[in-house]
Amino acid sequence: MIFTVVLLVGLSCAVALALYAMRQNIMLFHTPSEVVTGEVPGNRLFRLGGLVVAGSVIKADDGLTTDFGLTDLNQSITVRYTGLLPDLFREGQGIVAQGVLNEEGVFVAQEVLAKHDENYMPPEVAASLKEYRDSLPGSMAEYGYEAP
Amino acid sequence: MIPEIGHFALIIAFCLAFVQTLVPLLGAQTHTAQWMAVAKPAARGQLLFIAISYACLTYSFIIDDFSVLYVANNSNTALPLHYKVSAVWGAHEGSLLLWVLMLGIWTVAVTVFSSSLPRDMVARVLGVMGFVSVGFLLFTLLTSNPFERIFPTPAEGRDLNPLLQDPGLVIHPPMLYMGYVGFSVAFAFAIAALLGGKLDSIWARWSRPWVISAWVSLTIGITLGSWWAYHELGWGGWWFWDPVENASFMPWLVGTALVHSLAVTDKRSSLKNWTVLLAILAFSLSLLGTFLVRSGVLVSVHAFATDPARGLYILIFLAVVVGGSLILYAIRAPYIKSSGQFEIFSRETALLINNVLLLVATLTILVGTLYPLFVSALNLPSLSVGKPYFDLVFSALTLPLVLVVGIGPFMRWKSTPINQVSKRLLKIAAIGLAIGLVLPVMVAGRNTILVTLGAALGAWSIMSAVYYLFKNIRLTEHGTHILHRIRKIPHAIWGMSVAHLGVGVFVLGVTFVSAFEQVRELPMQVGQEAELSGYLFRFDGVRDVQGPNYFSKQASVRVSKNGEPVALLLPEKRTYLVQQNPMTEAGIDSGFLRDVYVALGEQIDDRTWGMRLYYKPFVQWIWLGAMLMAAGGVLAASDRRYRLKLKRRRKAEAQDFHEQQVTAVS
Repeated sequence: MIFTVVLLVGLSCAVALALYAMRQNIMLFHTPSEVVTGEVPGNRLFRLGGLVVAGSVIKADDGLTTDFGLTDLNQSITVRYTGLLPDLFREGQGIVAQGVLNEEGVFVAQEVLAKHDENYMPPEVAASLKEYRDSLPGSMAEYGYEAP
Repeated sequence: MIPEIGHFALIIAFCLAFVQTLVPLLGAQTHTAQWMAVAKPAARGQLLFIAISYACLTYSFIIDDFSVLYVANNSNTALPLHYKVSAVWGAHEGSLLLWVLMLGIWTVAVTVFSSSLPRDMVARVLGVMGFVSVGFLLFTLLTSNPFERIFPTPAEGRDLNPLLQDPGLVIHPPMLYMGYVGFSVAFAFAIAALLGGKLDSIWARWSRPWVISAWVSLTIGITLGSWWAYHELGWGGWWFWDPVENASFMPWLVGTALVHSLAVTDKRSSLKNWTVLLAILAFSLSLLGTFLVRSGVLVSVHAFATDPARGLYILIFLAVVVGGSLILYAIRAPYIKSSGQFEIFSRETALLINNVLLLVATLTILVGTLYPLFVSALNLPSLSVGKPYFDLVFSALTLPLVLVVGIGPFMRWKSTPINQVSKRLLKIAAIGLAIGLVLPVMVAGRNTILVTLGAALGAWSIMSAVYYLFKNIRLTEHGTHILHRIRKIPHAIWGMSVAHLGVGVFVLGVTFVSAFEQVRELPMQVGQEAELSGYLFRFDGVRDVQGPNYFSKQASVRVSKNGEPVALLLPEKRTYLVQQNPMTEAGIDSGFLRDVYVALGEQIDDRTWGMRLYYKPFVQWIWLGAMLMAAGGVLAASDRRYRLKLKRRRKAEAQDFHEQQVTAVS
């Protein structure tokens, strides 16, 4: 008897807690194209994924802030990140950034994720590229991008 | 030739595992003694051939036999010998071989220590373990053969993933596997008991040391992984709620619940159904962990296999094992009678609350880990559940758990007069609260409600554990020498107290490091100084270092406090020659009360480098606490009551009586 009551109370607390925490802390993934067409609500934390545009990486004078373009081969968005970038961050690579869009349309990243494998492409990024890869005149490598 | 011997030995092991499953299980069902007797020799033979196979693979690594695909992919002539040996489990195929080797070792351990058990029980246990082995050996042989050859033979291997070239990671996977696979023993006992329809407290007493040993291995494995991430990833974090971390953490949580509910079943013969279910769940989650990591379903640093055939196989195997055992449970569970009754204020209830909280925590983690998978399977917009979710949910569930940790030991079985216990405990709670208010101010000069709560609960569980030990020492054999009394205390009591002490140490560490850690990211010129939390960091420059299979940029950073030198830190950025991955090696000065930590970033110009500086108060307490929990487990598993033969059970009962008396006097 005690057993069942304790278990049920525990389970319902868990469900309530999980739902509450989920609502607060789920992050959607978006592509640069979705951001440009305005499908993404402002002032909300989300994940942006794509390829780092070759030749787009600019270091600010403070030595820590980096601006770079992120593209899904269709549209591109400027991403700004202050801090040390991960070891494997480089031009042409597939990365995922986590942050918010500011009023100027710059994605201010709080975190940049690049995985520890030179041949790794985040699956969301790989999927988003599929759509536009074929419309690209020439191979991805000609543009300095790593193929998924 | 050697790899072929290894492959062939693996096939023979598979055949033996098949025999080990079928014959004893049929024998137990038909009461045929000769069939049941097949179990032991089959299990031992199986281990022998797996060991031969494993030795063959290790040999291929040592002699750099790159005609073996797996060796060519994961080794290199320049790789130091100890990493060649550990590279055997550096990727998917070899780690499966390690899995079955561990399973073989556990199985043979069961054959050695089971002489006091009924014959049909042993036959069933070994049969079930054989079945698990069949599943994994078949998986290895069909989809992940580590002995596959390539032609033409490459002149040089592709080297071991640089991330894995670290002493912490050499022992991390074997310990983790020891734990995962160890739960198979409890699982096999549970299934055997369900099959035989005989579920008494002997079953629980028998499983306890096995479960505790598995739990200890898993604890050490997870701790090593966390410690490695802290040192190697350069982000100064110790837990990321990465899906693969969660995959190892869920069996740990359920295992912890199992350790506690087994105590109830052993001592009081109640909660039997529940204990059996937990044993099934713990092993199912271990399998799920293997599945999540090995199938490449989850995106993570650890997921090295991305072959759909493998994923499908494990999924089917998982469905058979988990589904089959749950169906068996559903059929048999109504017939299991739990005898012991208990009231609301009793040790049983305390342990039950512990179990529910642990299980609920597991469920919320499971939901957070699998939800993104379901969403992507349904082709909905992809999403991720991040650290904030897990932090919130887990701490909300852990805090009441730590409260119960301090109360539980003082509760008596069956029923406890609440006012007797509460007087003492309220005193401890008051002191704990005072510590919670004062200690953070001493450590960091400030305090918040959450920090007070965390510190108070940490202190509470440490003090309650110490007090419980103290009380036991005082009440043991009055009038004898203190050392004699300390020696007389059963290991089980030592174990529980040390483990609960570890919980407190862990909570204090987590509370302080997450509330008071300081971080600074900045570009530093050679000769420049930077201050953080009273520590002065002076950057003296970067030099080139040549390692056996990498070259490295090594920075030299002198740390001082109030003009006194504290440490010379040498953070590195390594580039491995073959795989060309840059790797961060943090420079850390660890202390009892704080770590100072420097990670080297990228080069900005000739004389300037990006640097990340950390001050981390009490961070070592996290791993210290976890190791204390493991030490507690070792002590508890070594309790002499488990080593007694059943004939001498009377002595064990006398010991139970002693414990009852000790708690009764409180």
